[in-house]
Amino acid sequence: MNINFKKILATTLVIISSTFLSSQAFSADEKKKETIKVGVLHSLSGTMAISETTLKDTMLMLIEQQNKKGGLLGKQLEAVVVDPASDWPLFAEKTRELISKEKVDSIFGCWTSVSRKSVLPVIEELNGLMFYPVQYEGEESSKNIFYTGAAPNQQAIPAVNYLMDEIKVKRWVLAGTDYVYPRTTNKILKAYLISKGVAEKDIMINYTPFGHSDWQSIVSDIKKFGSAGMKTAVVSTINGDANVPFYKELGNQGLSSEDIPVVAFSVGEEELSGLDTKPLVGHLAAWNYFMSVESKENEEFIKTWQAFIKDKKRVTNDPMEAHVIGFRMWVKAVEKAGTTDTDKVIDAMIGIEVPNMTGGTAKMLKNHHLTKPVLIGEIQEDGQFDVVWKTDSEVPGDAWSDFLPGSKDLISDWTAPIKCGNYNTKEKKCLATAK
Amino acid sequence: MTFFFPKNKILLILFLSLSLLFSSNSFAETTNSEPFIQALELLQSKSYQEKGRAIEQLTATKDERVQSILEAMLKARLFYTKENKVTVIGIKKEDGFSLTHILNQKDLGIVSKSNLKKIKVNNKLRGILRASIATLSLSSSDTKKRLNAVKQMYGKTNKATIDALKIHLETETNNKIRSEIETLLHINDLDSNDKETQLSAIKFLSNDLHPETKNKLVVLKDHSNKEIAAASQSALKNINEKLGFYDNVNTAFFGLSLGSVLVLAAIGLAITFGVMGVINMAHGELIMLGAYTTYVIQQLMPNYIGLSLVVAVPAAFIVSGSVGILIERLVIRHLYGRPLETLLATFGISLILQQAVRSVFSPLNRSVETPSWLSGSLEINPALSLTYNRLYIILFCLAVFTLLFLIIKKTSLGLSVQAVSQNRSMARAMGIRASRVDALTFGLGSGIAGIAGVALSQLTNVGPNLGQAYIIDSFMVVVFGGVGNLWGTLISGFTLGIANKFMEPWAGAVLAKIMVLVFIILFIQKRPRGLFPQKGRAAES
Repeated sequence: MNINFKKILATTLVIISSTFLSSQAFSADEKKKETIKVGVLHSLSGTMAISETTLKDTMLMLIEQQNKKGGLLGKQLEAVVVDPASDWPLFAEKTRELISKEKVDSIFGCWTSVSRKSVLPVIEELNGLMFYPVQYEGEESSKNIFYTGAAPNQQAIPAVNYLMDEIKVKRWVLAGTDYVYPRTTNKILKAYLISKGVAEKDIMINYTPFGHSDWQSIVSDIKKFGSAGMKTAVVSTINGDANVPFYKELGNQGLSSEDIPVVAFSVGEEELSGLDTKPLVGHLAAWNYFMSVESKENEEFIKTWQAFIKDKKRVTNDPMEAHVIGFRMWVKAVEKAGTTDTDKVIDAMIGIEVPNMTGGTAKMLKNHHLTKPVLIGEIQEDGQFDVVWKTDSEVPGDAWSDFLPGSKDLISDWTAPIKCGNYNTKEKKCLATAK
Repeated sequence: MTFFFPKNKILLILFLSLSLLFSSNSFAETTNSEPFIQALELLQSKSYQEKGRAIEQLTATKDERVQSILEAMLKARLFYTKENKVTVIGIKKEDGFSLTHILNQKDLGIVSKSNLKKIKVNNKLRGILRASIATLSLSSSDTKKRLNAVKQMYGKTNKATIDALKIHLETETNNKIRSEIETLLHINDLDSNDKETQLSAIKFLSNDLHPETKNKLVVLKDHSNKEIAAASQSALKNINEKLGFYDNVNTAFFGLSLGSVLVLAAIGLAITFGVMGVINMAHGELIMLGAYTTYVIQQLMPNYIGLSLVVAVPAAFIVSGSVGILIERLVIRHLYGRPLETLLATFGISLILQQAVRSVFSPLNRSVETPSWLSGSLEINPALSLTYNRLYIILFCLAVFTLLFLIIKKTSLGLSVQAVSQNRSMARAMGIRASRVDALTFGLGSGIAGIAGVALSQLTNVGPNLGQAYIIDSFMVVVFGGVGNLWGTLISGFTLGIANKFMEPWAGAVLAKIMVLVFIILFIQKRPRGLFPQKGRAAES
């Protein structure tokens, strides 16, 4: 008897713990009034929770704000939050649940490219609408997805130009975490550098596993690579977590930002708030938004965000701005179309303009990408960035890189008559299904 | 504001000289000459180029205050007040910035941040600042400062610095500094047009390991003059041989340090899994708890970063140890002899602990500060420097291992642990309370995991996923070393670390890790009980 009881105890423990982590769909009291439902698809547990929880909160704040203004089309907005738990296949399941069961009118979500790739077939099949807020590797365009983060030509390429022209860098280390975003970005960057006359021997490419923490040999390789008498820089697509030990090791081995600057594409204010910034001072990051940018919109945004989250020290970052822009555009498009019908909203989206947080305007282009300014910032001791360089005007996002042989001739245009995500301008035809 | 400055410059100077006349501080004898003040004003410019010029002008004034100004600027502590554009040095205090006036070194009290504007620097300026500070420090009375100044100049020399060095060499008495300066001068001579100077420089530098020397020799080996080309070739060959040797030493050191991390992470598991036979999937989370304990302790004593680490070691042991005992009493005790169920239950616990930490501390990583004695590196020669944090971790790992070894071998608890693990019923018959020993052993293993967390908090991120990264590695080390053998864990940890690091340069980090895993799988096929299998009766059960 006793033993049996214990066995039950143990198994229930396991069951409790596993259910504890899986889906927590907060479907609020359903039959209140007719509402417009907005799906929020961000990991609240697992590895990616670190970055994605903030985006969920941003969405809740935006929806609350909109409801205070009287909602949309006379109806209140309702957030449907689901937790895909950093589990890529689960992203697809949760998308299906959001569209088929919850009947949401739009989804704001995903962070990693893998999760987006896993959502893509489902959202196309069910003809949903998604806003993706993170900088990504390009080479994709879907009718049902709006990419509000940066394409490579809005982050990576300008950053490399900055290093080449302003810092006179001659040797390049392309270091990244081993997955699709860094690999594609580095492929584009390498092609770009070679087209600019950089010799192959002056480019060093290095990949490390997720969450890599032992950077000794790689940093010492970089040190050796950089001691050849030519100005060297590291272009880092190293993902979130692994950056801390990387920068620490750089500092410990005596590589300062003056000797070998590191420009990162995945390190923002949120990531910096979790680490000791002393060894990072002077290293660079390229984004389309920094919290330190002085503009009226930004000041107001920071104020409302800190009030909403009830924490005066909380920072804002680039993907948050992307969500704000995406959400405001969606609101405008729904108002313009007068309905939340997916096809009508998708058509209405194109050409919509909303102010961004850096004093300019973001415009939705035919290829479902935005126009964005590119900023280069230097990390300061307080975890903020000082902008040291910015583009003169907004750069239009390009889904298909001009520097890769396979995608050079492709464009994406979701307006009539082309209506295609991968239209070959040479052969003048649409390559039916995208990769 | 307690001070006031007239906007008119002439008046300002008058005012300053008057105030200086009456002030009794040590700077009274230096007059605030025109160029000094002009340069200071230029420093407030928005353009980085202008600021660079200002730094050069400041350095040229040879004013005593320049060095402290430049150092403050480098550390982003130089501000000017928004109201009347006075340049000040500000040190962050709780309620604002405590300011010091640049011109008369007067304390201006505490001012809130909104009244100040920081004089921003970028990388280029930092480079200029460091070079200027180095030149200025040459005349410092502190040998250490002078040595550092000279070392800073490698690869950054120009005609002015070379001249300054030549002049300085005549008065320098310290031998170490003299030899550094001579090396620098000879590196500079490699570029001269005179054949004899070049040849003697090559001869002098034929054992020098600085990258600058090597780069210049690589160019010289194709020199049109055969004598120079031959000399630089043989010098290069010598240098390359030495560099190769130090490279291997460096890799071995990297391997040892990776190995010590592995040993630290695994040694607690060597107790719980190795000695007790419990497959504890929550081991990684016990490490994580140790790391979070470090964070909490550091929050409690923010002004004693170094000391907080020392305090964190016993604290982490207690926290992780008691959580371990709790897990043993509540769950594992009921599952002895059922490995599969233990595995599932402890896996569940690991998820619970992760989510608990996420709820208490937020899913974001927490920043644990590194004390200054743990950052930087010990430079043995230009080609070989050992980073302090890794050095300390190796020592710490060995200390923890020795301690644990002594506990197991020399204390009565250790004897009981061994007795229970060898023959449970016999031990009970001898009057050992087996279940109490189980709990204590599990607590000991868990506590050691917590200590490992303290060390890891210095190397990697303190976040909810910290443990997951180490659980596989820990099991690998224990299985490879031989279950139930502490020495095995030590040797296998170091072996795997070194093997990994020697493979990494030519296989890449991802492949190196895979190759180590494949190697272990093959090894276990041949010797299922690991490097050091247990012998005797205990092995049978």
